Amino acid sequence: MNQLTELFAPNLNNYIILCSILFTIGVVGVLIRKNIIIIFMSVELMLNAINLLLTAFSVHHGDSSGQVFVFFIMAVAAAEITVGLAILVMIYRNTGSVSIDSLRNLKW
Amino acid sequence: MNNLLFLLLSSVSIISALLVIFSKNPVYSVLFLVLTFFTLAGHFAIFLGAEFLAIVNIIVYAGAIMVLFLFVIMLLNLNKESEPTTPMLSKISAIVAGGLFLLVLFAALTNQINAPEALNSKAGDIGMVKKLGQVLFTEYLLPFEISSVLFLSAMVGAVMLGKKDLKQG
Repeated sequence: MNQLTELFAPNLNNYIILCSILFTIGVVGVLIRKNIIIIFMSVELMLNAINLLLTAFSVHHGDSSGQVFVFFIMAVAAAEITVGLAILVMIYRNTGSVSIDSLRNLKW
Repeated sequence: MNNLLFLLLSSVSIISALLVIFSKNPVYSVLFLVLTFFTLAGHFAIFLGAEFLAIVNIIVYAGAIMVLFLFVIMLLNLNKESEPTTPMLSKISAIVAGGLFLLVLFAALTNQINAPEALNSKAGDIGMVKKLGQVLFTEYLLPFEISSVLFLSAMVGAVMLGKKDLKQG
């Protein structure tokens, strides 16, 4: 029991594994869903996995710059989501659906 | 104790992240995403000593962005019935591709770095508001100012895109 819990110490190795899993879940979410809103959420999931890993490395190296970077990533993500959701509302108004399959005007 | 808490928080975040992408109703997806963000904020606060980022994560993501998502979902009246479906074959191939990607990430990252010491013992004060503010307003002052321009353009863009008809003013 004690040896088993030794494996799950909050160290850098385990954070790399956790963030890889979360990032992969985001990638799979982008691939399997057709709803644009869920795809946005998966992108948010990927950004958050990267944020967690950047913070873990920043603590590992004892440097605050990584956490300032995370702050900027959050700011850019907020701006991106605002514009993205506005575009989404416009797509819904024009096509009547939120599926990515409704956007095929450029398909040959 | 620390390890068990880490295991609990990590498994809750992974399970709720899985539920985000696999639940049929978009509203449930948003709520599970909020849960994921809370567990990540717990990671920031408890194990990484990044109190500022934990608070900002909750305020910006769980507070602002998720409310925006919920608002759009309710505005468009999305539910289980209007959910577009994916063919089984592309679902399976996407999951296989994701598993292979995870394998590549593990193979590339896990053997290169070996740092077995726990991070919460060496966190110190680098995540505190005072230290982060000093770095943000000296070394990263210019990017901070430029991000305000980014926000202004995002705001103008959102208002312009959201308008029904630009000609009518």
